[in-house]
Amino acid sequence: MSGPAEKIRRLIKKKYPAGFVTDIEVDAVPPGLDEDIIRLISAKKNEPRFMLEWRLKAYRHWLTMHEPTWAQVQYDPIDYQDIVYYSAPAGQEARPKSLAEVDPRLLKTYEKLGIPLREQELLAGVAVDAVFDSVSIATTFKDKLSELGIIFCPFSEAVQAHPELVQKYLGTVVPYTDNFFATLNSAVFSDGSFVYVPPGVRCPMELSTYFRINAAKTGQFERTLIIAEEGAYVSYLEGCTAPMRDENQLHAAVVELIALKDSEIKYSTVQNWYPGDEEGRGGIYNFVTKRGACRGDHAKISWTQVETGSAITWKYPSCILEGDNSVGEFYSVALTNNYQQADTGTKMIHIGRNTRSTILSKGISAGHGQNSYRGLVKVLKGAMGARNYTRCDSLLLGDKCGAHTFPHIDVHNPTATVEHEATTSKIGDEQLFYCRQRGLSAEDAVSMIVNGFCKQVFNELPMEFAVEAQRLLSVSLEGAIG
Amino acid sequence: MLSITDLHVAIGDKPILTGIDLEVKAGEVHAIMGPNGSGKSTLAYALAGHEHYKVTSGTTLYQGRDLTRLNPEERAREGLFLAFQYPIEIPGVSNIYLLKAALNAIRKHRGQAELDAMDFLSLVKEKMEWVSMEEDLLYRSVNEGFSGGEKKLNEVLQLTVLEPRLAILDETDSGLDIDALKVVAEAVNRLRSPERAFLIVTHYQRLLDYIIPDYVHVMIHGRIVKSGDSTLALELEKRGYAWIEQEAARGAKAGGGT
Repeated sequence: MSGPAEKIRRLIKKKYPAGFVTDIEVDAVPPGLDEDIIRLISAKKNEPRFMLEWRLKAYRHWLTMHEPTWAQVQYDPIDYQDIVYYSAPAGQEARPKSLAEVDPRLLKTYEKLGIPLREQELLAGVAVDAVFDSVSIATTFKDKLSELGIIFCPFSEAVQAHPELVQKYLGTVVPYTDNFFATLNSAVFSDGSFVYVPPGVRCPMELSTYFRINAAKTGQFERTLIIAEEGAYVSYLEGCTAPMRDENQLHAAVVELIALKDSEIKYSTVQNWYPGDEEGRGGIYNFVTKRGACRGDHAKISWTQVETGSAITWKYPSCILEGDNSVGEFYSVALTNNYQQADTGTKMIHIGRNTRSTILSKGISAGHGQNSYRGLVKVLKGAMGARNYTRCDSLLLGDKCGAHTFPHIDVHNPTATVEHEATTSKIGDEQLFYCRQRGLSAEDAVSMIVNGFCKQVFNELPMEFAVEAQRLLSVSLEGAIG
Repeated sequence: MLSITDLHVAIGDKPILTGIDLEVKAGEVHAIMGPNGSGKSTLAYALAGHEHYKVTSGTTLYQGRDLTRLNPEERAREGLFLAFQYPIEIPGVSNIYLLKAALNAIRKHRGQAELDAMDFLSLVKEKMEWVSMEEDLLYRSVNEGFSGGEKKLNEVLQLTVLEPRLAILDETDSGLDIDALKVVAEAVNRLRSPERAFLIVTHYQRLLDYIIPDYVHVMIHGRIVKSGDSTLALELEKRGYAWIEQEAARGAKAGGGT
């Protein structure tokens, strides 16, 4: 019999079921980045003038910026001239009007990933936008949603069909000058989802985008913009995977949420980008900027994320609580295994009166994984009666991984209440033995204990995805022990 | 059912059990008594297969099979159950979920169909009456926030649901008030059967007023130094362990054993 450390090591060996490549001809731009490439991307998308101008402004600003180094992550320098900034399956530029026109190999890809795009096979009550490399290939239930005035379409389509909405809101939460990766995204973003829910409308189904990186040496830079008008409600979910490749690939997305008076946006992420192999080769660099603004009174934004993939995760879904009584929530499970690194957390900026925020972060580290929570709770002068509750729990599997917590609290109003709790625990040999003594295999026991640890966060996910998240967590910890 | 010959067990480099011989037949109840640190719990953990307890020599046959070749879950599925002295807390995992997973793992091993949620629930509710447990404890996280007594009763609930062939109770009576003690004893007595054996580790005679053992063994310094019937427990209650220690020391000098 081997020691517990060895068992845990074997336990956390990982298989990545989404690692296949779809063999398909692509229409791609040459690698590298300059103004011509940006003009080319913009031209391919037939964008209006304002869009190109915005991209170029961002690009010129990006040239003056430096890659951030403050995160608790390590990686070799990225050669930004070696990345392909636009890649689309050939023949899909004129976006297919119906699924019958979509290349069957693409449909097959999504089927293999468990995301059927044919509406009769869909999960009832979930509309899907499927993004493949740089373009959206299909969006389901669009007509049904448009009857209610809800716009759910690829970002590039929104630029054509609803330029006034794009122009009004784009960059108002994450300006093109925001940070190195967000600025790069602003210059080169290719596609993503656009959601607009009109006043008083409660979106009757989950909206979901499934991002897939397929082409090699390609970056994915999607941009998502969600607007909930007064009294509206929408629940949105994104999922993502990529093939197994030895080189690292960059994913630098931007998500902006705008919640107006009395509206609510619930944004959930189940992130399963390729994490690299057991030696830490390959994997996605997931450098993402996500931010929401509660612009009106009683608005609410809730972020829930389950991060199991990527070689490196660098993201801080945040809430700017401008409206009085507005609410921000952040629920997170981040799992790092093998040589994965995660530096993730949130920012809650309290501006309005009686604004409230809740942060619940669960970090799980296994193998040589490094997991950091980084958070900022800022209460501005006018935020009378603001309240925050933060809880960060870390769970360690084995003795070669690490957990770190960097909470920043910055309070400028004496009536504010800010609470912070943090715990770190090791998955106990005693817990494992107890479950095994009751007849459970060691694998089932670990999976049960880890799922128990994450339960409060999974409870925040829409039902179908909570099941998916649990499954994903088990797969991520798969491997025999004992 | 259980046949232990010259068993030596160490924790790290420290020998704890130094030659245990014990024969437990189906249908029997054996009590293991002895002062603190004599190795009673070590025997319980070693039988359950805890990896910190290393078997350094001797043989342990369980239903004719070498127990050391089975990992903890295989032992459990073969019907060996340990009621823990200090039951473990598992946050976020509901008590009923663990119990159902455990029962179905064992049933699957026996080639029986797994119970669905409804059948399982009615089974558990019946067994909860045996141990007069509050129903809400089923839906709370395993042992989290349970009182000492509730934790022990929860072990006994698991025992009654899993119906093992060999049940080892490691000081299940410690920390129980008299009412709870009677509940535990009653549940054990109901489970006594010609196919089932019990190994009851205890400090005190008290539990044995309610569960009358067939054999009582006294363990001192990692060995069983005296065995007898249930009257031995009464004698220990009156006279303590010192006289047995002296007797054992004399026996050792004379070159004898137990």
